[in-house]
Amino acid sequence: MSKRNAKSTAPHERSAWGLILFRFQKNKLAMLGVVILAAMALVILLAPLYVSYDRVSALDVLNKFVTPCKEFPFGTDELGRDLFARVIYGGRISLFGGIATIVIAFSIGCIIGGAAGYFGGKVDTVLMRMIDMLMAIPSALLAMAIITALGNGIWKLIIALAISEIPRFARVVRASILTLRNQEYVEAAKCYGSSSLQIIMRHILPNGIGPIIVSATLMLGQTIISISSMGFLGLGVESPTPEWGTIISENKINIRYYPHLGLIPGACIMLAVMAVNFIGDGLRDAFDPRTKN
Amino acid sequence: MRESAVHAEKCENLLEIQDLHVQYNTDDAVVHALNGFSLTVNRGQKIGLVGETGAGKTTCALSILRLLPDKVGQITSGSITYDGEDLLHAPTAYMLSLRGTKVSMIFQDPMTSLNPIITVGDQILEVLDLHYPDMSKEEKEKRVDEILSLVGIPPSRKNEFPHQFSGGMKQRIVIAMALIAEPELLLADEPTTALDVTIQAQILELMKELKSKFNTAVVLITHDLGVVAEFCDDVAVVYAGEVIESGSVEAVFAREKNHPYTEGLFNCLPDLSSTAPRLIPIPGFMADPTNLPEGCSFADRCPYCRSICRSEKPQMHVWGGHGIKCHLFGQKEVE
Repeated sequence: MSKRNAKSTAPHERSAWGLILFRFQKNKLAMLGVVILAAMALVILLAPLYVSYDRVSALDVLNKFVTPCKEFPFGTDELGRDLFARVIYGGRISLFGGIATIVIAFSIGCIIGGAAGYFGGKVDTVLMRMIDMLMAIPSALLAMAIITALGNGIWKLIIALAISEIPRFARVVRASILTLRNQEYVEAAKCYGSSSLQIIMRHILPNGIGPIIVSATLMLGQTIISISSMGFLGLGVESPTPEWGTIISENKINIRYYPHLGLIPGACIMLAVMAVNFIGDGLRDAFDPRTKN
Repeated sequence: MRESAVHAEKCENLLEIQDLHVQYNTDDAVVHALNGFSLTVNRGQKIGLVGETGAGKTTCALSILRLLPDKVGQITSGSITYDGEDLLHAPTAYMLSLRGTKVSMIFQDPMTSLNPIITVGDQILEVLDLHYPDMSKEEKEKRVDEILSLVGIPPSRKNEFPHQFSGGMKQRIVIAMALIAEPELLLADEPTTALDVTIQAQILELMKELKSKFNTAVVLITHDLGVVAEFCDDVAVVYAGEVIESGSVEAVFAREKNHPYTEGLFNCLPDLSSTAPRLIPIPGFMADPTNLPEGCSFADRCPYCRSICRSEKPQMHVWGGHGIKCHLFGQKEVE
């Protein structure tokens, strides 16, 4: 009975994606995540309009350790640099570096995992053994090793993290293609005359993309943390270039006396990761057609 | 050997399978799934394929559509002719246009044969999209509504997802998908096995109705003799990848002359009128398809087994429309 009621409130003409969006919108926590992330992205992208990039590294030793005030909303660090400017511009690397990493790892992982799952046989064996080799090394350690080899730099950091994340994507994609390839409705679609391409585009991808997007979103949260951890360890992004993890690292000696120096960039990391995870959870629920409401 | 095994007096043959051999090449062994399988289906005929699990019924259906699993399933010899076209050598494009429009298939489990994230209306529509790209959207929608009401689903529910329907309704939707392009031949692979008895009767009734409306030939794959008696004109009993007995339902179910295996199948049916306390099961298991015996594949389980059964494959012996592949019959030809 409840199904009927739900039906009457939900508009009848809705595509599968429309329904997913509809269910996602009804998830308050996920929408909160979207609002937080959108607000952060907007503030970070529009930074040049209200803070000059020069303030990121402008030294002002006379004004060191200023507590948050009107002129310096987040205060200043031991070299008198404006923490507000540093955090805002640092977000470019922490947040968008994370997204770039996921996009790269996602694309390559999809190709490798997809080829392994769909073609099977020798292709599968060769590709997955390579992935296994990457998997054997802890991803943080692997990323560190790659950065050490490549040298410091934002793009090198992104590439290093992307490489260390490819195995997980490849496995998720391969697993979902393997299970879907043998589904009876795929077999049925063949019986109605669908070609391989039509089956992949209409039956395998739409059914498999949900868990893949969900794991990509959840991994984005981890990647933001990874970038900051690398920055904290002095790998990838070097001071004076601001990055949330680097900022915490720079101020680690003074955090005891001036806690806001660590708390503010820390809160940014937390907020971003939390927002991303809310969105990931919301997507996971929205992609499952059996979810209630 | 096979010719008059089914009614020949009807119109031309729609599907003709001759001496088909199919094997599955697995890592451990070669599984001989079909061994000289022959079957003829006429236009509008309802034929039942009966046999136990693993006898090769589904393999036969998949071979017709050329959908045997890649690299594993292999047709080693024989021929499948559909409406004069040699299917084993037909180009892929021809097979794609054949599937769905000329030959359709219904799967055993309606729970899994619908895509969970596409509305049922869209799934039925997809078949039309594939085969009639020129048809207008309204026309397609109209045909979907028609077929849904035909199978007893209110067209207003076409925007719902498969999980919102019960098992019986899903099977109706699957049938609607199979029939929307009005195929000439429907391969129904145990369409009622996953359903309870009352729904089973409804689905059979529905298929009968639709059959008479579209004059579709139906190959009903089942292990249920009751379903065959209820639905089919003709029956072919499959054992270890061969048709061992075929004929009209009346002839086979008369139980005057039967293959020992068919006899065994009948003995496994509970008889409400008799007072015999127990069913008589067929002893043993089906011949190992990786290692088939030289002679008759039923020899090990046959109560009438003789020495010739161990050494020589029996031929099909035919009386009118009724054929039996067993040494017990027509000894004269053999000796």
